[in-house]
Amino acid sequence: MQPETKKLLTIVTEAVIEASLTADLKRLGAGGYTIVEARGSGSRGVRDAGWTTSGNIRVEVVCEPAVAARIADHLRENYYRDYAMILYLSDVSVLRPEKF
Amino acid sequence: MDPVIWFFLLGLTAGLLRSDLRLPPAIYELLSMLLLLTIGLKGGVELAQQPFAGVLPQMVAVIAMGITLPLLLFPILLYAGRFKRPDAASIAAHYGSVSVATYAVAVAYLGSKGVSFEAHMPLFVVLLEMPGLIVGILLARGLSSGMRWGALAHEIFLGKSMVLLLGGLLIGWATGPEAMAPLEPLFFDLFKGVLALFLLEMGLIAASQAQSLRRYGVFLVAFGLIVPIPLAAVGTALGWAIGLSPGGSMLLGVLAGSCSYIAAPAAMRIAVPQANPTLSLTISLGITFPFNIFFGIPLYHLMANTIHG
Repeated sequence: MQPETKKLLTIVTEAVIEASLTADLKRLGAGGYTIVEARGSGSRGVRDAGWTTSGNIRVEVVCEPAVAARIADHLRENYYRDYAMILYLSDVSVLRPEKF
Repeated sequence: MDPVIWFFLLGLTAGLLRSDLRLPPAIYELLSMLLLLTIGLKGGVELAQQPFAGVLPQMVAVIAMGITLPLLLFPILLYAGRFKRPDAASIAAHYGSVSVATYAVAVAYLGSKGVSFEAHMPLFVVLLEMPGLIVGILLARGLSSGMRWGALAHEIFLGKSMVLLLGGLLIGWATGPEAMAPLEPLFFDLFKGVLALFLLEMGLIAASQAQSLRRYGVFLVAFGLIVPIPLAAVGTALGWAIGLSPGGSMLLGVLAGSCSYIAAPAAMRIAVPQANPTLSLTISLGITFPFNIFFGIPLYHLMANTIHG
């Protein structure tokens, strides 16, 4: 089977907003997502996951470019100002395109 | 000093000296679940053995206190502390809600002194968790602006501390002491051991607040050290006024003077995202919690004994 190119949108943000974030992802057309607990350091200081409110998550969404752009716009408008959040996009080759 | 306090001190010292000591997050989570369930179950079992009547007016008084305290703190933080409105509201909400760990240490303290207290105190813990949060959110955002009250109610009423406390209370109440006997070794006999390990981690977490402590300056530190005392005095006096025993009044004082760090930070982060979470967590975990377990609890005990003559 020929691999097909999709977008991988990766979001690193605060664990506390997981519920509202995943609801938004679904609503904006993401077929699914993968979440892992994360730790690290950035412009908002060390996020060491030692406490519920200091824990990070890394959310990965594989989707069509249009959906990725829509999600990125939504996050910029609704979360950037008040929450620790970074986003990055990359191209990925998927082997079972019907899943996304 | 009670051995559990030494565990807190050990964690605090290890944290300040940058030891690599760390409780695995899942263990910490389990310990906090055990503490919450134990407090709930204990209250429920005791409630099952006595009539419920007469508690209702006390419940109303306790909720009224939970609403009033953050309303009193808010203007102080806003005008004297010159905090931004969301920050002032968030800190007020943290103080309006309660710290279950502080309560647990106070219960252990009373146990070692052989002082009895009302069996239904855990009910007040449950009741005091919520009003402060709701008042804090209203102070920060007002009634208008398109707020998602559904999501918020979910966060406040179905937060894990609420579910476990209330769940334990109901299970204990429904089953009674005899049915609960086989569970006693885990929940009741291990209480102090669990509390000791929990406080070890609390010490480490409190130590991690030390850096932000320096950043936020004198007012925050002074506020965190001074404000629990008048709050606890209000709680103790209210306990006396609604007819609690000295032990019960002291515990109500502890609840009033304590500052939430489980329910409130999560609820505020979601409902009042403009508020700086480090600010309220620093004052709660870095200042008020240590103050209360070292000095506050004996002081509030003295207060309760004084007011009861």
